[in-house]
Parts: sequence; C-alpha cells; structure tokens
Amino acid sequence: MIRVVLPAHLRTLARVGEEVKLEVSGPATQRSVLDALEAGYPVLRGTIRDHDTLRRRPFVRFFACEQDLSHEPPDARLPDAVATGAEPYLVVGAMAGG
Amino acid sequence: MSGVRVLVGTRKGAFVLTSDGKRQRWDVSGPHFAGWEIYHLKGSAADSNRLYASQSSGWFGQLIQRSCDGGKTWEPAGNKFTYDGVPGTHQWYDGTQHPWEFKRVWHMEPSLTDPDTIYAGVEDAALFRSTDGAQTWQELPGLRAAKGNLWQPGAGGMCLHTIVLDPTDPKRMFVAISAAGAFRTDDGGATWRPVNSGLKSKYELPDPKAEVGHCVHRIAMHRSRPDVLFMQKHWDVMRSDDAGDSWHEVSGNLPTDFGFVIDVHAHEPETIYVVPIKSDSEHYPLDGKLQVYRSRTGGNEWEALTKGLPQSDCYVNVLRDAMAVDSLDSCGVYFGTTGGQVYASADAGDSWAPIVRDLPAVLSVEVQTLP
Repeated sequence: MIRVVLPAHLRTLARVGEEVKLEVSGPATQRSVLDALEAGYPVLRGTIRDHDTLRRRPFVRFFACEQDLSHEPPDARLPDAVATGAEPYLVVGAMAGG
Repeated sequence: MSGVRVLVGTRKGAFVLTSDGKRQRWDVSGPHFAGWEIYHLKGSAADSNRLYASQSSGWFGQLIQRSCDGGKTWEPAGNKFTYDGVPGTHQWYDGTQHPWEFKRVWHMEPSLTDPDTIYAGVEDAALFRSTDGAQTWQELPGLRAAKGNLWQPGAGGMCLHTIVLDPTDPKRMFVAISAAGAFRTDDGGATWRPVNSGLKSKYELPDPKAEVGHCVHRIAMHRSRPDVLFMQKHWDVMRSDDAGDSWHEVSGNLPTDFGFVIDVHAHEPETIYVVPIKSDSEHYPLDGKLQVYRSRTGGNEWEALTKGLPQSDCYVNVLRDAMAVDSLDSCGVYFGTTGGQVYASADAGDSWAPIVRDLPAVLSVEVQTLP
C-alpha cells in the first residue's frame, strides 16, 4: 500500500481526504504510482502529468522522504519507505503566487 | 414567472446569480470550483439546465465541468485537448516562429440546437468541438490552416475568445482570435477564411492589406440579422453588413474607441453597447468614470449611460467576455468588472445597479433567460 498526499485543489477535485491509499502492482515507481492514482481517480488525468507525454506539469513537484524527486526518471524505484507505506509520496503545487 | 440566471466566471471561481423577471432581488450561489480560474461558463440554448464551464489553473491545467441541473451540481467532463496532427508554429511576440502549445479554454459555445454539442475556443488559438456532452474533444484543424503561421499572441496570449453561431445556417460560424482576427466558415467548420477586410491596425500591422494579425477583441450578432456583425477591435468599433466580408468603422463620437466588450440589444438589432476603455496601455475607464455607451443607430452616434455607475475614482476593466443581455421584454444588460462588481440594468441600460460588488476579478458574464 502506497500513500499519496495531494495538494488541496486536487483533493477537492478528486473528492478525497489528505491522503490517498493505493495498491500498486509491480515495482513502486513514480510512473506506476501516478498510473494507479489516475486509474483510481480519472479526474486527475492531465492535472499532474500531461495527457499525452505523461511529463510532470511545470508547476507540480514530487517529494518523498525529504527528497525532491521531481527530476528523477519516472521508472526509477521509489524509496523503500514509500513502497512500504511508511512514508507518503507528496504531489506538491510549486510556490508561484496566486 | 420568467427569470434570469447570470453565470459569472472569475479569477477564483464561478458564481451563479438568479432573479425573477423583475431583476431586483438576486440570489448568489458560489463560489463553485473555489480557487480556480473560470474563464467562461455558458448554458445551452437547447436545454437551459445544461451548463458548461472552463476551469483552469496554472498549476494543474485545464478541466471542463458540466452541469445538468442549472448549476446546482457539477461533474467533471473531458479535459484532453490535442491538436490535430503536428501543430506546427505560429508567430511569437518578436516575429520568430513558436510551437503551438495548448494552455487553456477561453470560451465555450454550446450548439443552438443540441445540448451535447459544444465548441471550445482555446489558447494557443484553435477551435475544438465535442458532440458527446464534452466528454471528448476534436479539433477543427481547418481553422489553423487559414494562415495560422502568421497569427501572433496578443497581450493576454494567443486565444480564440469569440465563437458566434449563425442561427439561420448551421454550417456558418464566426470566430475571433487575438491577435489574428476574425474568421468564418460556411461548411460547418471544415474550411475557414479570414474576414478582416477593412480593419486597420496601423501600429501593430504596418501592412494595411494584411489578411490576418488584427487584434479583434469581440464580435456580436443579433440573431435576427446574422449578416450584420459588430466588432470591438483593439482600437476601433467596427460593423459589417455582409457577414464579415467587409468592415467599416462606427466609432463615431465615442470618447475612446479602445475596449473589450460589445453586445446587441435582444429586441433592437441596431442598439449596441460598448464600454470604452482609456487606451491599450491604460486598461480602465476615462477619467475614472465607468460608462457604458449605447448606440441606437447601429454605431456612429453614441450616448453615455451613467445612472447608477461610479463616476469618480473607478479604475476597473471590463474584459471581452464580460457583457451579456437577457431577452425579457425590457432587455436586461449585464457586465462584470475586474474589481469584482457585476452590474445589471433591467431597462436596456438607462439605469444600473450592482448585483454583487466584491467578487474576485470577473472574467466572463453570460445570461440565461428562463421560462
């Protein structure tokens, strides 16, 4: 079980609480976690990653275990603490006014 | 008793304002989609309970929302806008070529006859259509074939902001793009041609015969005369009597002919409204006086409408999609400001009163006249 924390606007959109719990088949990577997230909550498609390229949107960042994973390859394995659910995977709206 | 529903898009959410036919007391519902930019929301002429909204954010991109109960509840619809084929390039601000990139939906125009068919005007400029209630979207790529490589962004981006459907001919429609100009299709959107003859943009376009590149801000039509179009251009208020084939200026005695909105009285096709804005570098009313100007002669002769509007220290703007009219017997006129006010007139502009004063900056105003 993997825990994902979404920013407030996406929680409202997906009608979820602070954390989403996901089952991910196979290795826990950013791609597999986001695939599972979007499969469970289709309304999030296009809001975190581009529909077609699946690249991270420019004003979105990914953090876990006090590390910035935003620029890591999408198929790199996530830290064990994320894969086991001990630590959450954070989707964060970059600070940019508003 | 009949009533009206005013749909207001703002920088931080959508609001639905409703009243009976007297238009004196208003119920305010919202914010819907709090914190998101709502560039536009509009109801179907074929089903007044069917509404569509463009919801977007610099962080999380574009969403489309749909309501089937007049705005009481909403459900997300399709948000995938993919340009047809390889989108290519358009002109950038400095004249170089720049790749086409989808940014947001500026304007949503439901079909006049089918609540499941809707058009979306987007930035970077293109026209999309859905025939399944906004679940999926397909581009009408023939529009960008109309010299798209010469289009360029205006100050607000390269947006397709105006879609006008001909109520007498389902194959004809008009769109307007900043800064590309006006375009018309006569075959249901398959092919398009620029309809900008007569527009003059001497500062932005030194070539007086330039077919595209004009910064059209808004086009309005009265449904009884689809060949007569009125345009608020960057500068100049224009009129066409031949479906855009040619335009002539009708700014007349306006104190300034820069502005964004233009609309037509519901029952008087020669009565039109604009809100003059000081200049392209100072986007607020002249002398701090918010004035709607009305022409009862289809242009050239204008009168200032000021009763109920602030006549000192007012420095708001009225954006291009932020004026609309109802079709009650005494035509109601509505507009919203970047200061968060929505003003209404139940007597065709003779007098005004704010429905609300303190919304986020208003991006769009649409009106539904309810049975």
